[in-house]
Amino acid sequence: MNKKEKLFCYIQGMGDNALILGHRLAELCGHGPALEIDMALSNISLDLLGQTRSYFQYGATLGIEEFNTEDSIAYSRDARDFKNVLLVEQPNEDFAYTIVRQFLFDSYHYLFLHELQNSKDKTLKAIAEKSIKEVAYHLRFSSQWMKRMGDGTEVSHEKMQTALNDLWDYRGELFVPTDIEQEMADKGIGVEVSAFKETYEKNIARIIEEATLKIPESTWVQKGGKEGKHTEHMGYILSELQWMQRAYPNMEW
Amino acid sequence: MSKKNWPLWEVFIRSKQGLSHKHVGSLHATDAEMAMENARDVYTRRSEGVSIWVVESLNITASNPENNGEMFEPAQDKVYRHPTFYDLPNELKHI
Repeated sequence: MNKKEKLFCYIQGMGDNALILGHRLAELCGHGPALEIDMALSNISLDLLGQTRSYFQYGATLGIEEFNTEDSIAYSRDARDFKNVLLVEQPNEDFAYTIVRQFLFDSYHYLFLHELQNSKDKTLKAIAEKSIKEVAYHLRFSSQWMKRMGDGTEVSHEKMQTALNDLWDYRGELFVPTDIEQEMADKGIGVEVSAFKETYEKNIARIIEEATLKIPESTWVQKGGKEGKHTEHMGYILSELQWMQRAYPNMEW
Repeated sequence: MSKKNWPLWEVFIRSKQGLSHKHVGSLHATDAEMAMENARDVYTRRSEGVSIWVVESLNITASNPENNGEMFEPAQDKVYRHPTFYDLPNELKHI
Protein backbone atom coordinates (compact mmCIF):
# COMPACT_ATOMS: atom_id res chain seq x y z
CA MET A 1 0.00 0.00 0.00
CA ASN A 2 1.36 3.41 -0.87
CA LYS A 3 1.18 6.50 1.32
CA LYS A 4 -2.08 7.80 -0.08
CA GLU A 5 -3.81 4.45 0.16
CA LYS A 6 -2.85 4.19 3.80
CA LEU A 7 -4.17 7.64 4.53
CA PHE A 8 -7.35 6.73 2.66
CA CYS A 9 -7.69 3.64 4.81
CA TYR A 10 -7.27 5.71 7.97
CA ILE A 11 -9.87 8.22 6.81
CA GLN A 12 -12.31 5.40 6.07
CA GLY A 13 -12.08 4.22 9.67
CA MET A 14 -13.07 7.60 11.07
CA GLY A 15 -15.66 8.26 8.38
CA ASP A 16 -17.26 4.83 8.73
CA ASN A 17 -17.68 5.20 12.50
CA ALA A 18 -19.49 8.50 11.97
CA LEU A 19 -21.52 7.21 9.02
CA ILE A 20 -22.78 4.03 10.64
CA LEU A 21 -23.58 5.61 14.01
CA GLY A 22 -25.24 8.50 12.19
CA HIS A 23 -27.31 6.00 10.24
CA ARG A 24 -28.35 4.15 13.39
CA LEU A 25 -29.58 7.43 14.88
CA ALA A 26 -31.31 8.35 11.63
CA GLU A 27 -33.34 5.14 11.96
CA LEU A 28 -34.90 6.71 15.04
CA CYS A 29 -36.09 9.82 13.24
CA GLY A 30 -39.81 10.03 13.98
CA HIS A 31 -39.56 7.33 16.66
CA GLY A 32 -37.92 9.22 19.53
CA PRO A 33 -39.51 8.92 22.98
CA ALA A 34 -40.49 12.60 22.90
CA LEU A 35 -40.54 15.18 20.13
CA GLU A 36 -37.66 17.10 21.70
CA ILE A 37 -35.50 13.97 22.06
CA ASP A 38 -36.38 12.93 18.54
CA MET A 39 -34.97 16.22 17.27
CA ALA A 40 -31.91 15.97 19.51
CA LEU A 41 -31.05 12.52 18.13
CA SER A 42 -31.66 13.67 14.57
CA ASN A 43 -29.38 16.66 15.14
CA ILE A 44 -26.64 14.36 16.37
CA SER A 45 -27.22 12.09 13.40
CA LEU A 46 -26.86 15.03 11.02
CA ASP A 47 -23.70 16.23 12.79
CA LEU A 48 -22.18 12.78 12.30
CA LEU A 49 -23.25 12.65 8.69
CA GLY A 50 -21.66 16.05 8.13
CA GLN A 51 -18.43 14.79 9.64
CA THR A 52 -18.61 11.71 7.42
CA ARG A 53 -18.88 13.96 4.38
CA SER A 54 -15.82 15.94 5.44
CA TYR A 55 -13.79 12.76 5.76
CA PHE A 56 -15.03 11.21 2.53
CA GLN A 57 -14.67 14.41 0.52
CA TYR A 58 -11.07 14.47 1.62
CA GLY A 59 -10.68 10.76 0.85
CA ALA A 60 -12.06 11.35 -2.64
CA THR A 61 -9.18 13.75 -3.43
CA LEU A 62 -6.48 11.18 -2.77
CA GLY A 63 -6.49 9.81 -6.29
CA ILE A 64 -7.91 6.34 -5.68
CA GLU A 65 -9.68 5.62 -8.91
CA GLU A 66 -12.81 3.78 -7.79
CA PHE A 67 -13.35 6.18 -4.88
CA ASN A 68 -13.12 9.61 -6.45
CA THR A 69 -16.39 10.94 -5.04
CA GLU A 70 -17.77 10.98 -1.49
CA ASP A 71 -20.79 9.00 -2.66
CA SER A 72 -18.71 6.23 -4.19
CA ILE A 73 -16.98 5.76 -0.83
CA ALA A 74 -20.25 5.63 1.09
CA TYR A 75 -22.37 3.67 -1.36
CA SER A 76 -20.23 1.29 -3.34
CA ARG A 77 -18.44 -0.70 -0.67
CA ASP A 78 -19.58 -4.02 0.79
CA ALA A 79 -19.65 -4.82 4.49
CA ARG A 80 -16.17 -6.37 4.39
CA ASP A 81 -14.74 -3.05 3.23
CA PHE A 82 -16.27 -1.03 6.06
CA LYS A 83 -13.88 -0.26 8.89
CA ASN A 84 -16.19 1.01 11.61
CA VAL A 85 -15.96 -0.48 15.09
CA LEU A 86 -18.60 -3.04 16.07
CA LEU A 87 -19.99 -0.73 18.76
CA VAL A 88 -21.55 1.75 16.35
CA GLU A 89 -23.38 -0.88 14.30
CA GLN A 90 -25.20 -2.35 17.30
CA PRO A 91 -28.97 -1.95 16.96
CA ASN A 92 -31.03 0.70 18.73
CA GLU A 93 -33.06 -1.90 20.69
CA ASP A 94 -34.51 0.73 23.03
CA PHE A 95 -33.64 4.21 24.30
CA ALA A 96 -31.29 2.77 26.94
CA TYR A 97 -29.20 0.95 24.32
CA THR A 98 -29.20 4.04 22.12
CA ILE A 99 -27.90 6.22 24.94
CA VAL A 100 -25.30 3.77 26.27
CA ARG A 101 -23.92 3.15 22.76
CA GLN A 102 -23.79 6.90 22.20
CA PHE A 103 -22.15 7.55 25.54
CA LEU A 104 -19.44 4.92 25.09
CA PHE A 105 -18.66 6.31 21.65
CA ASP A 106 -18.97 10.05 22.44
CA SER A 107 -16.58 9.71 25.37
CA TYR A 108 -14.00 8.25 23.00
CA HIS A 109 -14.88 10.52 20.08
CA TYR A 110 -14.31 13.68 22.07
CA LEU A 111 -10.87 12.62 23.31
CA PHE A 112 -9.97 11.34 19.85
CA LEU A 113 -10.84 14.61 18.12
CA HIS A 114 -9.05 16.53 20.82
CA GLU A 115 -5.86 14.74 19.80
CA LEU A 116 -6.61 14.87 16.07
CA GLN A 117 -6.51 18.66 16.35
CA ASN A 118 -2.71 18.25 16.57
CA SER A 119 -2.49 16.25 13.35
CA LYS A 120 0.25 17.14 10.91
CA ASP A 121 -2.33 16.69 8.18
CA LYS A 122 -3.96 20.10 7.76
CA THR A 123 -7.30 18.79 6.49
CA LEU A 124 -7.71 16.28 9.31
CA LYS A 125 -6.74 18.98 11.78
CA ALA A 126 -9.41 21.29 10.34
CA ILE A 127 -12.08 18.56 10.42
CA ALA A 128 -11.22 17.83 14.06
CA GLU A 129 -11.39 21.48 15.04
CA LYS A 130 -14.82 21.84 13.50
CA SER A 131 -16.22 18.53 14.73
CA ILE A 132 -15.11 18.70 18.33
CA LYS A 133 -17.65 21.39 19.18
CA GLU A 134 -20.44 19.19 17.88
CA VAL A 135 -19.13 16.17 19.71
CA ALA A 136 -18.75 18.11 22.98
CA TYR A 137 -22.50 18.59 22.84
CA HIS A 138 -23.15 14.94 21.93
CA LEU A 139 -21.19 13.92 25.00
CA ARG A 140 -23.08 16.35 27.19
CA PHE A 141 -26.38 14.99 25.88
CA SER A 142 -25.54 11.31 26.28
CA SER A 143 -23.88 11.78 29.70
CA GLN A 144 -26.90 13.62 30.97
CA TRP A 145 -29.23 10.86 29.83
CA MET A 146 -26.97 8.20 31.34
CA LYS A 147 -27.50 9.89 34.69
CA ARG A 148 -31.18 10.65 34.22
CA MET A 149 -32.08 7.09 33.37
CA GLY A 150 -29.51 5.29 35.49
CA ASP A 151 -30.55 7.29 38.50
CA GLY A 152 -34.19 7.44 37.42
CA THR A 153 -36.86 4.88 38.17
CA GLU A 154 -36.39 1.23 38.96
CA VAL A 155 -37.35 0.30 35.41
CA SER A 156 -35.07 2.83 33.72
CA HIS A 157 -32.19 1.82 35.99
CA GLU A 158 -32.62 -1.82 35.10
CA LYS A 159 -32.83 -1.10 31.38
CA MET A 160 -29.68 1.01 31.51
CA GLN A 161 -27.75 -1.64 33.41
CA THR A 162 -28.80 -4.29 30.88
CA ALA A 163 -27.72 -2.09 27.97
CA LEU A 164 -24.43 -1.24 29.66
CA ASN A 165 -23.69 -4.92 30.35
CA ASP A 166 -24.49 -5.83 26.73
CA LEU A 167 -22.46 -3.09 25.07
CA TRP A 168 -19.55 -2.98 27.49
CA ASP A 169 -17.30 -5.46 25.64
CA TYR A 170 -17.50 -3.44 22.43
CA ARG A 171 -15.72 -0.33 23.73
CA GLY A 172 -12.31 -2.02 23.87
CA GLU A 173 -11.98 -2.17 20.09
CA LEU A 174 -11.72 1.62 19.99
CA PHE A 175 -8.35 1.29 21.69
CA VAL A 176 -6.87 -1.54 19.65
CA PRO A 177 -5.16 0.15 16.69
CA THR A 178 -4.75 -1.61 13.38
CA ASP A 179 -1.29 -1.60 11.81
CA ILE A 180 -2.22 1.32 9.61
CA GLU A 181 -3.74 3.28 12.49
CA GLN A 182 -0.56 2.75 14.47
CA GLU A 183 1.58 3.84 11.55
CA MET A 184 -0.51 6.98 11.10
CA ALA A 185 -0.18 7.75 14.80
CA ASP A 186 3.58 7.25 14.67
CA LYS A 187 3.82 9.68 11.77
CA GLY A 188 1.86 12.34 13.66
CA ILE A 189 -0.99 12.24 11.15
CA GLY A 190 -3.25 10.00 13.16
CA VAL A 191 -4.01 9.71 16.83
CA GLU A 192 -2.21 7.63 19.44
CA VAL A 193 -5.30 6.17 21.10
CA SER A 194 -3.43 4.47 23.91
CA ALA A 195 -2.47 7.95 25.16
CA PHE A 196 -6.00 8.65 26.38
CA LYS A 197 -7.31 5.19 27.19
CA GLU A 198 -6.84 5.76 30.90
CA THR A 199 -8.62 9.11 30.76
CA TYR A 200 -11.45 7.45 28.85
CA GLU A 201 -11.91 4.71 31.41
CA LYS A 202 -11.78 7.22 34.23
CA ASN A 203 -14.29 9.55 32.57
CA ILE A 204 -16.84 6.87 31.81
CA ALA A 205 -16.43 5.32 35.28
CA ARG A 206 -17.28 8.68 36.83
CA ILE A 207 -20.50 9.10 34.86
CA ILE A 208 -21.51 5.46 35.34
CA GLU A 209 -21.04 5.91 39.06
CA GLU A 210 -23.05 9.13 39.10
CA ALA A 211 -25.73 7.26 37.20
CA THR A 212 -25.76 4.75 40.11
CA LEU A 213 -24.96 1.97 37.62
CA LYS A 214 -22.51 -0.85 38.12
CA ILE A 215 -19.39 -1.10 35.99
CA PRO A 216 -19.52 -4.53 34.33
CA GLU A 217 -16.73 -6.87 35.35
CA SER A 218 -16.05 -8.31 31.91
CA THR A 219 -12.65 -7.54 30.41
CA TRP A 220 -13.36 -9.19 27.07
CA VAL A 221 -12.65 -7.08 23.98
CA GLN A 222 -15.14 -7.77 21.20
CA LYS A 223 -13.45 -6.64 18.02
CA GLY A 224 -13.22 -7.18 14.28
CA GLY A 225 -15.01 -4.23 12.73
CA LYS A 226 -11.84 -2.31 11.96
CA GLU A 227 -10.69 -5.31 9.91
CA GLY A 228 -14.01 -5.61 8.11
CA LYS A 229 -15.30 -8.51 10.20
CA HIS A 230 -18.69 -7.21 11.21
CA THR A 231 -21.64 -8.47 13.18
CA GLU A 232 -24.71 -9.79 11.43
CA HIS A 233 -26.29 -6.33 11.64
CA MET A 234 -23.97 -4.75 9.12
CA GLY A 235 -25.54 -6.25 6.01
CA TYR A 236 -28.97 -4.96 6.99
CA ILE A 237 -27.63 -1.49 7.66
CA LEU A 238 -25.95 -1.34 4.28
CA SER A 239 -28.91 -2.73 2.37
CA GLU A 240 -30.95 0.20 3.65
CA LEU A 241 -28.15 2.75 3.40
CA GLN A 242 -27.12 1.80 -0.11
CA TRP A 243 -30.18 0.44 -1.84
CA MET A 244 -30.90 3.50 -3.92
CA GLN A 245 -27.38 3.69 -5.35
CA ARG A 246 -27.44 -0.06 -5.86
CA ALA A 247 -30.79 0.04 -7.63
CA TYR A 248 -29.98 3.11 -9.71
CA PRO A 249 -26.18 3.21 -10.06
CA ASN A 250 -24.67 6.68 -10.43
CA MET A 251 -27.98 8.39 -9.84
CA GLU A 252 -27.86 11.96 -8.58
CA TRP A 253 -30.35 14.04 -6.63
CA MET B 1 -53.90 4.43 29.64
CA SER B 2 -53.27 8.04 30.49
CA LYS B 3 -49.89 9.39 29.57
CA LYS B 4 -48.42 11.97 31.87
CA ASN B 5 -46.65 14.68 29.93
CA TRP B 6 -43.51 16.44 31.06
CA PRO B 7 -44.11 20.03 32.24
CA LEU B 8 -44.33 22.76 29.64
CA TRP B 9 -41.62 25.39 29.30
CA GLU B 10 -41.56 28.67 27.35
CA VAL B 11 -38.47 29.45 25.33
CA PHE B 12 -36.97 32.90 24.73
CA ILE B 13 -34.10 33.46 22.35
CA ARG B 14 -31.88 36.43 21.66
CA SER B 15 -30.60 36.56 18.12
CA LYS B 16 -27.17 37.86 17.19
CA GLN B 17 -28.44 41.32 16.27
CA GLY B 18 -31.30 41.31 18.73
CA LEU B 19 -31.14 43.33 21.92
CA SER B 20 -33.75 41.41 23.83
CA HIS B 21 -34.91 37.84 24.17
CA LYS B 22 -38.00 37.04 22.15
CA HIS B 23 -40.52 34.34 22.80
CA VAL B 24 -40.11 31.63 20.16
CA GLY B 25 -42.28 28.80 21.40
CA SER B 26 -42.61 26.14 24.02
CA LEU B 27 -41.48 22.58 24.73
CA HIS B 28 -41.68 19.77 27.27
CA ALA B 29 -38.94 18.95 29.77
CA THR B 30 -38.64 17.54 33.26
CA ASP B 31 -36.35 20.25 34.61
CA ALA B 32 -34.49 23.42 33.69
CA GLU B 33 -31.36 21.66 32.46
CA MET B 34 -33.33 19.45 30.10
CA ALA B 35 -35.43 22.41 29.00
CA MET B 36 -32.26 24.30 28.08
CA GLU B 37 -30.88 21.41 26.02
CA ASN B 38 -34.20 20.75 24.35
CA ALA B 39 -34.49 24.45 23.51
CA ARG B 40 -31.05 24.30 21.94
CA ASP B 41 -32.02 21.27 19.89
CA VAL B 42 -35.47 22.42 18.85
CA TYR B 43 -35.10 26.18 18.41
CA THR B 44 -31.49 27.00 17.52
CA ARG B 45 -30.79 24.48 14.76
CA ARG B 46 -30.49 27.20 12.14
CA SER B 47 -28.29 29.62 14.11
CA GLU B 48 -31.26 31.54 15.41
CA GLY B 49 -29.65 32.69 18.60
CA VAL B 50 -26.76 33.41 20.91
CA SER B 51 -28.64 33.23 24.19
CA ILE B 52 -31.52 31.16 25.54
CA TRP B 53 -33.91 31.68 28.44
CA VAL B 54 -36.34 29.00 29.53
CA VAL B 55 -39.09 29.44 32.08
CA GLU B 56 -41.66 26.95 33.20
CA SER B 57 -44.99 27.99 31.75
CA LEU B 58 -46.84 27.78 35.04
CA ASN B 59 -44.64 30.59 36.37
CA ILE B 60 -46.05 33.00 33.83
CA THR B 61 -49.00 35.14 34.81
CA ALA B 62 -50.97 36.11 31.72
CA SER B 63 -53.52 38.86 31.24
CA ASN B 64 -57.04 37.67 30.69
CA PRO B 65 -58.38 38.37 27.16
CA GLU B 66 -61.80 39.08 28.69
CA ASN B 67 -60.33 42.14 30.35
CA ASN B 68 -58.86 43.51 27.16
CA GLY B 69 -61.37 46.35 27.14
CA GLU B 70 -60.32 47.91 30.41
CA MET B 71 -56.70 46.88 30.01
CA PHE B 72 -55.84 48.15 26.58
CA GLU B 73 -58.59 50.21 24.95
CA PRO B 74 -58.14 53.37 27.06
CA ALA B 75 -54.69 53.83 25.50
CA GLN B 76 -55.96 53.77 21.95
CA ASP B 77 -57.08 57.41 21.64
CA LYS B 78 -54.12 58.97 23.41
CA VAL B 79 -51.88 59.64 20.46
CA TYR B 80 -49.99 62.32 22.36
CA ARG B 81 -48.26 59.54 24.29
CA HIS B 82 -46.32 58.60 21.17
CA PRO B 83 -43.09 60.51 20.67
CA THR B 84 -44.03 61.23 17.04
CA PHE B 85 -44.31 64.98 17.71
CA TYR B 86 -40.68 65.39 18.61
CA ASP B 87 -37.64 65.64 16.41
CA LEU B 88 -35.25 62.94 17.61
CA PRO B 89 -31.52 63.64 17.71
CA ASN B 90 -29.54 61.30 15.45
CA GLU B 91 -27.57 59.93 18.38
CA LEU B 92 -30.64 58.20 19.78
CA LYS B 93 -30.84 54.59 18.74
CA HIS B 94 -33.30 51.76 19.12
CA ILE B 95 -36.47 53.79 19.48
